[in-house]
Amino acid sequence: MHSNGLFLKDVAGFLGSYYAGLAIMNAIAAFFIWRRKNRIGEAGFWASVAAAMLVLASLAMSGSASSVPHLPESLRKLVNTLSGPVNYTAGTTALFAIAFVFRKFFVKPMVAWTVFNAALLLMGLAMADENFASIVMKPDNVPIVGLVFLLAFFTWVATKQAVENDERIAQGLPPLEKENDEKVLVWPDLVYTELICMVAVSAFLLAWALLLPAPLEEPASSVKTPNPSKAPWYFLGLQEMLVYFDPWYAGVALPSMVVFGLMAMPYLDFNKKGNGYYSINERKFAYLTWQFGFLELWIMLIILGTFLRGPNWNFFGPFEFWSPYKVEVLNNVDLPQMFWVNLLNRPLPRVAADAPWYAQIGTILLREAPGLVVMAAYLFLLPPLLAVTVFRKYFAKMGLIRYLVMINLMLLMLSLPLKMVLRWTLNLKYLISIPEFSLNF
Amino acid sequence: MAIGETIRNSQIWKSIFRHPMPLDRRNRIVVMLTNFFLHLHPVSIKKQGIALSFTWCMGGVTFFLFLVETVTGVLLMFYYRPTLEWAYNDILALRDVTSLGVLRELHRWGAHAMVITTWLHMYRVFLTGSYKPPREFNWVIGVILLLLTLLLSFTGYLLPWDQLAIWAITVGSNMARASPLLGYEGPGQQLLTIGGIDMITDGSDARFGLLGARFVGEETLNRFYVLHCIAIPLAVSLLLAIHFWRVRKDGGISGPL
Repeated sequence: MHSNGLFLKDVAGFLGSYYAGLAIMNAIAAFFIWRRKNRIGEAGFWASVAAAMLVLASLAMSGSASSVPHLPESLRKLVNTLSGPVNYTAGTTALFAIAFVFRKFFVKPMVAWTVFNAALLLMGLAMADENFASIVMKPDNVPIVGLVFLLAFFTWVATKQAVENDERIAQGLPPLEKENDEKVLVWPDLVYTELICMVAVSAFLLAWALLLPAPLEEPASSVKTPNPSKAPWYFLGLQEMLVYFDPWYAGVALPSMVVFGLMAMPYLDFNKKGNGYYSINERKFAYLTWQFGFLELWIMLIILGTFLRGPNWNFFGPFEFWSPYKVEVLNNVDLPQMFWVNLLNRPLPRVAADAPWYAQIGTILLREAPGLVVMAAYLFLLPPLLAVTVFRKYFAKMGLIRYLVMINLMLLMLSLPLKMVLRWTLNLKYLISIPEFSLNF
Repeated sequence: MAIGETIRNSQIWKSIFRHPMPLDRRNRIVVMLTNFFLHLHPVSIKKQGIALSFTWCMGGVTFFLFLVETVTGVLLMFYYRPTLEWAYNDILALRDVTSLGVLRELHRWGAHAMVITTWLHMYRVFLTGSYKPPREFNWVIGVILLLLTLLLSFTGYLLPWDQLAIWAITVGSNMARASPLLGYEGPGQQLLTIGGIDMITDGSDARFGLLGARFVGEETLNRFYVLHCIAIPLAVSLLLAIHFWRVRKDGGISGPL
């Protein structure tokens, strides 16, 4: 499906008001910079950005294919070709790493504002593509678009304060939050803030409800399976994990461990610093572990599962038509197959169906020996090894039990990215595959 | 002004508000101590603790959204019957016929927003290290509340009884079928046999317990309706009360020690 005139006419009103909104936003920013900060040059720049957005708004309003601002077809094709689970995951991880390493640069308000504008502009340009728009503007997907921008905004707010505090702490000063220990009366200072928040949230929700109808599809039918069938968006990270693991692990064991791990967190984090104020340097290990788990393994997988997984759970580029006929080669192999057949050139160990139970079990253990050895090394050899090397100080401070809980949670969390890498590099399907007990890992 | 004065001096007014308007310091303290809804708060608070850049107000917004969901949810219950015959038609009517059918939009978007604000609240609590002692246990309660929020949203997802609803719940609940030991496609379920008879079948496993049937059907609709409207909200209310109480008891609003 390619962009056609009809589609552009349909979205003209939306895109026009979108760009008009960006123009107003930048005009307010320019005014603020001029009056409050008195930086005339910068104010002029953002005013001209606002003017440019107005031009884009009027072009978008026209609704004709030649004038609606859009990304060139070649670029969209390139993005589609380049995107895939590997590049997506590696790319987002790299972006987070860059944002983290250069956080002092990215938290500067003008830099953040530029990035924010660029993201919104790109979003607007992409929205002129029918395939992109049909996924992003699906009613139940709208909250995720909101979530992405809210998370980006709040991550900026938090990082900005953390960077300031870290600089102060490096100079021997207390964090900013400690500077001001004035107390105020809850009435009026907090009660009024709450009231304003309530009014603002109500107004926002009412506008949302009036503008966007809640989704309602055809009546339920247990014989007509939609393709793709997706869980509610907040569980799509889990559904995405099904690509790499069996449901017992991706859908039951791992989520349970996530909940358990979250609950255990305050009892594992023995670092007394960074309590009650924003800071990164004082708690780097906890911070990075959390951000990797939350932003990359939870949020990014939800985005992948929602926007980039189409029929048959195949991967589709952001501008690609969701064709149910797209075929993807599946040539994944299990580790026993790799080890016995491909490496040793022997058949898989087998046993007659009527053999005694110990022979059955023995054969399974022999067949799965390579996977069992790898898993045993991962779960039983790695923890003590890490305890005397990388985590020596942690082990000393945490004691045996807390260390074991922490390290096992870490290993379980890392099992996901590791399995992803194994899949992409070696086409590994399962490390252990015991269909006799429905146990695949 | 005279009318206002008369009202405020009347016996009725004074029986409701047992103190003058909170215009001076003394009465601003008294109002916090005597008003049921306000007594959740302390009388005074760290100015830094309530700065928007610090708290993001996300916990409060989540609670407010819970109230919005409760009110709109009760009103929706007037119009909605959780049966195969009526569920979808009642939702259709809310969209096309019923005045104020926008309640359903408020309810659905409010639910999505509540999931997001819960995550943002948790994100803030992590980033300010506010789960650290003495607030460890309140964090644990928060995690349970997060889980219940997701379950509230998940159970509500089924109620419109459209294609989106039943297939999302089918995909979501299929996972339970693979529970270790307790799901009939899960690892190790073969071990639970008594005298050669399987204990875990598709009619007795974890998924059956969740759905009340072998597939998403009328039993599931009823089960999810009761969970969505009664069981989970009650659990959430109790835990919310504890959550707020512990904020006060565990050192008040977060801030540097």
